[in-house]
Amino acid sequence: MSVYDTYEAVIGLEVHAQLSTKTKIFCGCSTTFGNAPNSNVCPVCLGMPGVLPVLNKQVVEYAIRLGLATHCTISPTSVFARKNYFYPDLPKGYQISQYEEPICQHGYVDIDIEDGSAKRIGITRIHMEEDAGKSIHDMDTDTLVDVNRCGTPLLEIVSEPDMRSAKEAYHYLYFIWQTVKYLGICDGNMEEGSLRCDANISVRLKGETKLGTKAELKNMNSFRNVERAIEYEIKRQIDLIDEGGPVVQQTLLWNADKNVAAPMRSKEEAHDYRYFPDPDLVPVVVDKEWIANVEKLIPELPKVRHQRFMESFKLPAYDAGVLTQERELAEYFESAAGQLIKKNEENYKSVSNWIMTDVLRVMNEEKIAVSDFPVTPEHLGAMVNLIADGTISGKIAKEVFDDMLRTKDHPKAIVERKGLVQISDTGAIEKEIDLILAKFPNEIHRYRGGEVKLTGFFVGETMKVMKGKGNPKLINEILKKKLDG
Amino acid sequence: MSVTIKDVEHIAKLAKLEFSEAEKEKFTHQFNDILKYMEQLNSVDTTGVEPLAQVIELKNVFRDDTVKPSTSTEEALKNAPASSDAHFKVPKVIG
Ligand SMILES: [Zn+2]
Repeated sequence: MSVYDTYEAVIGLEVHAQLSTKTKIFCGCSTTFGNAPNSNVCPVCLGMPGVLPVLNKQVVEYAIRLGLATHCTISPTSVFARKNYFYPDLPKGYQISQYEEPICQHGYVDIDIEDGSAKRIGITRIHMEEDAGKSIHDMDTDTLVDVNRCGTPLLEIVSEPDMRSAKEAYHYLYFIWQTVKYLGICDGNMEEGSLRCDANISVRLKGETKLGTKAELKNMNSFRNVERAIEYEIKRQIDLIDEGGPVVQQTLLWNADKNVAAPMRSKEEAHDYRYFPDPDLVPVVVDKEWIANVEKLIPELPKVRHQRFMESFKLPAYDAGVLTQERELAEYFESAAGQLIKKNEENYKSVSNWIMTDVLRVMNEEKIAVSDFPVTPEHLGAMVNLIADGTISGKIAKEVFDDMLRTKDHPKAIVERKGLVQISDTGAIEKEIDLILAKFPNEIHRYRGGEVKLTGFFVGETMKVMKGKGNPKLINEILKKKLDG
Repeated sequence: MSVTIKDVEHIAKLAKLEFSEAEKEKFTHQFNDILKYMEQLNSVDTTGVEPLAQVIELKNVFRDDTVKPSTSTEEALKNAPASSDAHFKVPKVIG
């Protein structure tokens, strides 16, 4: 048993989700990403003296949505507080956040682990706050500040220290990512910083109930980085303790290029934020009626949909998982499946296969969103109908699919335009097979001598002369009869 | 609870201010005087009174999520001591 197996990690995550509202949390400036520097700014988000912040109602609704989806208690009254610190990307000298009375508390999520088991992770709190601006440090002597992002609404989701491995942390983060996307409250783009994750990590001997000294890990801007960075930190702490040294409480920044975590330059006293209630903002009071109205806006969530896909469409767990990964893709599947004339397991699986292989491949290669995909779900469903009723073979369908990608035409129109209708006329197929068999007496001899795999050769030859339009099932049947008979 | 010179130094540091020894001495006295004055409030019986985060009796003041015109970049940078390429320019800060 290795020394690593005698320890366990204790991990809690703080996830920041940037809300996809049109405007900032306390002013009417746009939240559009990538605009010219300092163009989405006004006296409020620039932190000018004497201005008053006014809360964006949509932010509260989004917070309630996420709170309900994560089994939180929605606070009847919640207030905003000022978190005081100096940094150039924070013009006011304080961040408006929530401290003592956050909007959501005491929730949980049930995450799926690879081995098929589920684990419950507690949610301590979810609170509303404003984002800071952006600093650019790559100049020699100065730092440049862009205030556009300042005041963009965030939800900070704080978990209980319930995770015990990097894998569990990964699955928890994935769950949150999927949930905020399904709820339509955050675009989940980790590269653009729409979803950010910090981790608190400590280790202790298995069986120990006291917590070890924790380190905070920041700057992990992708799922892969989160898993790697946490794994790295767990190992580092175990090595330290094993060598007799103490773990120092500190903040580490993950360096994705070097795959190491380096201590952030320690800012002493940086953690004394002197929170106090913000006198410029009035309490947010959420009554039962408001909660009930928001509840109506919550769509079917990934886990439930996954289960339903397995039950209603008889899809394997893997397929259901891939198709429900994103809400738009799940809807694409359901629209395509809705087009099927024969609604049976085989056809549902066929639609699933086309999406998982061809649709997703093209989407990834061409970086196209589901909503912009040239082949509509209606057309994909119609194409599967053509395969199911024998009009075209699976092989010809590939050609039809490529054509749909380019022309956006209906599959029926493509089949007619290109004359791709499958030949299922037994007489016609038999005639072609007889000609082939006459051409290859040696191969027939070898086949009958036991080289059964030559069937493939004969099918191929027949297909070739029929320009791919022969019904493969019939060709197989007729060939077998003639060769064996 | 009384304030020591150490507390004054800590608060000054958080506020990024520097003071002479004489000033620190003076502020220590002043802080303590203010706190003593405020201590009078402790004599009020607050049993059964909910703590307030706000003195105005308002709740739920919201805006709709509608974009309003922003200030021009030029206007925004007007008060900045230094700017460059549409950015505010400040002395170098390391992460
Ligand atoms: Zn603004």
